[in-house]
Amino acid sequence: MLELLNDYTIQTVTMGAALLGISSGVLGCFAVLRKQSLLGDTLSHAALPGICIGFLIAGARDLGSILAGALVTGAAAALVVLALTRMSRLKTDAALGIALGVSFALGVVLLTYIQGTGNASQGGLDSFLFGQAAAILRSDLWIMGSIALASLLLVAALWKEFKLVSFDPGYAASLGMPVVVMEVAMTTMVALAVVVGLQMVGVVLMTAMIIAPPVAARQWTRRLGTMVVLSAIFGTVAGVTGAILSATARGLSTGPLIVLAISAIVLVSLLVSPERGIIWEMVRRWRDRRALRARQVLTTLHAMAEQHGNRHYPAELGSLDTFHGTDTRRALARLEDRGLIRPVAHEPEITPHWELTQSGYAEAERLAAEIVGDR
Amino acid sequence: MLEAFFGNIPLMIILTGALVGCASTLVGTFLVLRGNSMLSDAISHSIIFGIVIVWLLTRETAGPVQILGAALTGVLTVYLTELLFSTKRVNYDAAIGLVFPVLFSIGVLLLNVYARDVHIDQHTVLLGEIGFVWLDTMTIGGYDVPNALAFMSLVTIVNLLFVTLFYKELKITTFDPGLAAALGFVPGVMFYALLFLVSATGVAAFDAVGAVLFIAFVIVPPSAAYLLTDRLWLMLVYGSVISIASSISGYYIAIAFDVSIGGMMAVMTGIFFTIAFLFGPRYGVIARAYRRQGERQENELRTVAVHLYSHEDTEDQAEENVALALQTHLGWSHEAAHRVIANGISDDLFIRRGNLLTLTPKGRATARSILEPWRNEAPATP
Repeated sequence: MLELLNDYTIQTVTMGAALLGISSGVLGCFAVLRKQSLLGDTLSHAALPGICIGFLIAGARDLGSILAGALVTGAAAALVVLALTRMSRLKTDAALGIALGVSFALGVVLLTYIQGTGNASQGGLDSFLFGQAAAILRSDLWIMGSIALASLLLVAALWKEFKLVSFDPGYAASLGMPVVVMEVAMTTMVALAVVVGLQMVGVVLMTAMIIAPPVAARQWTRRLGTMVVLSAIFGTVAGVTGAILSATARGLSTGPLIVLAISAIVLVSLLVSPERGIIWEMVRRWRDRRALRARQVLTTLHAMAEQHGNRHYPAELGSLDTFHGTDTRRALARLEDRGLIRPVAHEPEITPHWELTQSGYAEAERLAAEIVGDR
Repeated sequence: MLEAFFGNIPLMIILTGALVGCASTLVGTFLVLRGNSMLSDAISHSIIFGIVIVWLLTRETAGPVQILGAALTGVLTVYLTELLFSTKRVNYDAAIGLVFPVLFSIGVLLLNVYARDVHIDQHTVLLGEIGFVWLDTMTIGGYDVPNALAFMSLVTIVNLLFVTLFYKELKITTFDPGLAAALGFVPGVMFYALLFLVSATGVAAFDAVGAVLFIAFVIVPPSAAYLLTDRLWLMLVYGSVISIASSISGYYIAIAFDVSIGGMMAVMTGIFFTIAFLFGPRYGVIARAYRRQGERQENELRTVAVHLYSHEDTEDQAEENVALALQTHLGWSHEAAHRVIANGISDDLFIRRGNLLTLTPKGRATARSILEPWRNEAPATP
């Protein structure tokens, strides 16, 4: 294991993965909170033509110009989406799909064009499709790192503004905040996050890294600050896990491994996080249902007692079952445990009968008063 | 004759591309109208998973079994997305973006593992190989027909049958799901049937154009058609025409520049969409700008007519009903004021007498119809 950590490639890959996790984790939060998750999908697919254009301009696999190209075409795609939704009668989903499909097609055309020119260094471009962690160089880390740092500084500087625009754009506008500028800034941040992750995850799956860490983080907290930090941690953990697996087991693409890692984190968060966890909600519902059933049975016993003018009227199990349309034995057993009812024999019948105890009668009276009070 | 037809490689490629486009348009139209376009994105990515799984189980790389089996993954994706959304923990778009990457990732990793045995590599997944459709052929009635062409024809026919047979049902479930449910049309069943066909089309088109380019064929031609017409059947026709035109033009441009044929066909759908977006007769950018300009001019004329009418025969008429007042009182620029006066005179709303602008009977009627609209309905009976 220590040997693994000393490996030069592994070190590089791990640092790259950490950068990816932090930047997409933090920047993705705002996209998800603003309900623009799929914009990340469009932006990441739209990075492909930019990668090719950057390559064509630089004439070699120069990461700086490739990422700059990706950023430019990503931003252009975002503009196209905006223009289509504002200036035509198409809805957002169609605008996103058009920008995604056509720009990716353009990327494919450019990619095959580059392959046709027979440039020897074109092999590196394929790694941007699904991500190839092993292809990352130390020098690449500086570029990724500075982009990540710049976008994080932007978030820190405009924290309050971003927060307000994400949660209540109308109020932000009424305060005289330049909401459009803020939205452009946040969209650019998504493009930046995409750019940082391109080498690790690739254009096709980058969308998952924008959406998944924030969704997982949202499960654990109600505070934006905590959410952003958690999201960065989740992103980093998934990034490092996927990258190391991919770098050690040759032949497996990095992107899919990272995506599966973060998806596992999302699944666990959705299920078991306190408060918002699905399992706890199911438990809560089941408990509520059980409590309600017990109250119903108790009320029924009370009603029967009233009807017959006998506080200790023995109710027959079968008639209770029929009345409620379900098996009431569990509810009866719990009521007995609480000392609200007790089983009685009712000769000559041999079926089980139940009657209210003193405290059971009082409890039922209280419930009845509560119901009347509610009305 | 037919032998020459099926032996003609360019024709086979163009025909396959056109069929991919038409089959996608037939189902894509309804996705676009329902506002569910991005489901095609989810479906197209996750059918990779289905294709690999079906291949592992049956060792079939194409054919009806593959189409049906892998298409189920597309439906599964949508089902899982809806399930995730129903937990109310995430938005619908986030749910889409969470589910399909998982299936896609598993599919790609399985491809990595079985790379040596399976004929599809990562490239095919994304780009397709429409240029090589003539390599795999089957014999139908004594002729060698490309596999992709045969399967695409099959899927196109099925889609066409579905749309024709259930035209009324599709129409009502798309435009008014509430009414459809009330009339007993089960919108959910129609929705999933539609999604199943989208997936099946995606699987059949997979060899030709890959997973991602398929999205362009599903969304772009119907969107372009949507900007050209208000009628559903015309939308289907226009979308198909655009697909066919994209296939033909895309092929020749791709050959000329030696680039990906499928990619170029998809780019061409984008070009045709841009044309529709800019020059569409009613919803195009230019038509809308032109119409808005016309409305603005008409509004200006109405404003002037009301202005002149309200000061007509009053003391300040000499001050108000002159060209200069349009600049100082209505706040228009010199050029705008002159343009409006010229338009008004040529429209016969007012005439110029010396400095004074005097309403004609037509101009007076215009002003009155704005200020006292009730007079239009009931003719004045003093």
